[in-house]
Amino acid sequence: MDDQLSRVFSALADPIRRDMVARLADADAGVNELAEPYDVSLQAVSKHLKVLEEAGLVSRTRQAQRRPVHLEAEVFDLMTKWIERYRRRAEERYRRLDDVLAEMDTEQKPRPDSERGAS
Amino acid sequence: MNTTTRETTIAADPSAPTILITREFDAPRENVFRAHAEPDLVKRWLGPRGLEMDIDRWDCETGGAYRYTHRDDDGEYAFYGSFHEVRPHERIVQTFTFEGWPDGVSLERMLFVDLGDGRCRIEALSVFESIEARDGMLASGMEHGVREGYEQLDELLAG
Repeated sequence: MDDQLSRVFSALADPIRRDMVARLADADAGVNELAEPYDVSLQAVSKHLKVLEEAGLVSRTRQAQRRPVHLEAEVFDLMTKWIERYRRRAEERYRRLDDVLAEMDTEQKPRPDSERGAS
Repeated sequence: MNTTTRETTIAADPSAPTILITREFDAPRENVFRAHAEPDLVKRWLGPRGLEMDIDRWDCETGGAYRYTHRDDDGEYAFYGSFHEVRPHERIVQTFTFEGWPDGVSLERMLFVDLGDGRCRIEALSVFESIEARDGMLASGMEHGVREGYEQLDELLAG
């Protein structure tokens, strides 16, 4: 798999990192703030952040001591687009199935009482 | 995302490696099931538009197996799997592998729900090995779009 793409996916494969991302969707946050709810060391949280940063999912401003973490929302728009495209493909398939079902109706009326044996 | 009741809905659980697709049909479930079970009917709708679909094997019964190939100008894409359980008119459980990625396998559980009045709902649940594998499937759209997805992502990450 493409390097950058797999980085995004493996970054999101971890539950703590997904939770951090969900919280960053509300507002930027500092590392201490982010670490608060988890029972892990500050170093562990920094490591998670580094993974997210390398995947392009978050960025950290250089300004000030606090260096708040910022979510790069565009990547998630992309995920939403992927899901929508996948859905549209399924819908296209099922519209063809609609047509097949309509044709089956005219080809022969279904016989609900008789079990059709496997051909 | 909300659409009309007839349109396909999709749910990708953020914390589990699954995709759930539901769709209603104005047809009795016996027919909807047949359109999944009989290869001559399957061939007429399963393949993506503009691609030829050849069914090499389609033994839709418990313990059976399937393999089919899509063709376009760029090449061939083959998919195969086993029918774990086929319960006529009610349920099909099958495995799914894209031969271009032989290490990947998903489990698909399809329910055919009778809605009465000659209508039916399909509930197709796909279970992947990991969230990463699920997202990879969403991104690729299976046959197309792997390249497209990479290009978009490259652009985004380069920006």
